[in-house]
Amino acid sequence: MSASWLLRRLALILYTVFIVSVLVFGITQALPADAAVTLLGENATTEALNAIRERLGLGDPIWWQYLRWVGHAATGDFGLSMRTGQPVGPEMLTALGRSLLLAVAAILVMLVIAVPLGMVAAVRQGKLADMATGLISYLGVSFPEFVTATLLAMLLADTLQWLPATGYVSPLEDFGGAVRHLALPVLTASLILVAHVARMVRSETLDVLHSDYIRAARLKGLPERTVLVRHALRNALLPVVTIVALDVGYLLGGIIVIEEIFAIPGIGRQLMVAVTARDLPSIQAGALIMSATYAVANTLADVAYAVLDKRIRYD
Amino acid sequence: MTDLLRRLMRTPQGAISLILLAVLAAACLFGPWLAPHDPEKMDFLGRFRPLGAQNWFGADQFGRDVLSRLLVGARSTLPMALAATLLGTVAGAVVGTASAYLGGRWDEAIMRTIDAVMAVPGLLLALLLVSTLGNGAGNAMLAIAVTFAPGMARVTRAVALTVRGQDYVKSATVRGESASWIVFREMLPNVMAPVVIEATIRVSFAVMLFATLSFLGLGAQPPASEWGLMVAEARQYVHQAPWMIIAPSLAIATTAIAFNLLGDGLRDAMNPRDER
Repeated sequence: MSASWLLRRLALILYTVFIVSVLVFGITQALPADAAVTLLGENATTEALNAIRERLGLGDPIWWQYLRWVGHAATGDFGLSMRTGQPVGPEMLTALGRSLLLAVAAILVMLVIAVPLGMVAAVRQGKLADMATGLISYLGVSFPEFVTATLLAMLLADTLQWLPATGYVSPLEDFGGAVRHLALPVLTASLILVAHVARMVRSETLDVLHSDYIRAARLKGLPERTVLVRHALRNALLPVVTIVALDVGYLLGGIIVIEEIFAIPGIGRQLMVAVTARDLPSIQAGALIMSATYAVANTLADVAYAVLDKRIRYD
Repeated sequence: MTDLLRRLMRTPQGAISLILLAVLAAACLFGPWLAPHDPEKMDFLGRFRPLGAQNWFGADQFGRDVLSRLLVGARSTLPMALAATLLGTVAGAVVGTASAYLGGRWDEAIMRTIDAVMAVPGLLLALLLVSTLGNGAGNAMLAIAVTFAPGMARVTRAVALTVRGQDYVKSATVRGESASWIVFREMLPNVMAPVVIEATIRVSFAVMLFATLSFLGLGAQPPASEWGLMVAEARQYVHQAPWMIIAPSLAIATTAIAFNLLGDGLRDAMNPRDER
């Protein structure tokens, strides 16, 4: 991994964020909402409306409005929420923190389930365990998050009363409560990922198991366990890093629905609230922060891949 | 075509998917006639009536028959998902093929921009677009199409790059054909097979995305019996009538499974040598 490769990746992130910012700004500008009317209400006088338009610079050319928005956004200033009047940036970042907690927990739970599942399926190819994994994968990718979430909440919260159905507790205040409140959302988020990743681990492991070095390890007389864990697992897991990074995109989209259903004040729910209220600054900030997070996750995955796999040289 | 269908029937995924799709097609085409009750007919004595002879899948908060609503609702879900996929695929295929044909800097610029657009999570992009266009089934469909286009463009480009080096494209260039002729008449028809497979699997995403948008209140609007909307409305009656949630949930999942299986079946049928 050379410095110029890293630099190019960084340039790509910047380009990505630029395109996304144009996209987000363009879309939100086209929103059929007059910011001044949203702020002051339908009954405001024309003078008041004009005054606030002047203050927000709504009369300026569109490219100038864009540059001003980007310039402020770069310093973390996304303007004031039209709904609460509070600065949007800090509000969104706090929400992002909660969402990341949910996302990271979901990825960890997913790995703990999906990796063994995929490995077992590969080792016992064509047997019952393999078919069961295939079935789980199919079901997993065929249930949208809102269905999984609703069904799980129905079973575990309403019927069995094991877990709270909604709400969020900070893990810093009450760790046990936080775990209980996060259990359902994390379970929902990880199910789709499990389906995806277990399938990938299976096919990667199959590839590796048919390779020469595994045959060599077996011929050396190494016990099957050592062959699987020391030789196969490591190499099969490499491509999974990339898949997990791509799945972060799914996860971020899924989080919008999951947070809405389980009433978690993360960035997805903030965004939904903003969309419903046509709160432009919040929509812009939320969309930009989410997309940037995804872009960064992808780059991190590429770097991790390069660090883990000594055979790969990027230059 | 018939050969492909026969090979498709021979794979287990293909056979199951064709059966499921036949049922879904029947629901879309003949839903209102198959429905045992009028889906809008209210019956206050039959509110939350459980599954039974009178209402096979139970009744909802107004005593409306859930099965009838599902059957009629197939029309508000499936055609929308198909249209969104078709639109997104066509747009993506044209851009992807053009990018591969142009090559060089143009290709680089187009692909990096597509990468950037794909950095916006699909649901988020759809959400933003619908909030701009306005809530409603048609706009949700358009938003999904736009969301799908970049991914389809990427897939098409990868295939088109291999086609570009083929002799028939070179000879068309030498013949002095125009760029649009080469893209539309020479390259596009030859990249269709893998693109169709990808598109088939996308239909299941489109079904789920459309239902999700409706669930969030952005897609189909009440009193439509769109499946995602039905789940959203049923959530507050989870204690009285869980079947109101379960029935449309299973309908969505079954549809998604059907298209996932079809995509996998097509892949196997088109590449008979690939064992995995």
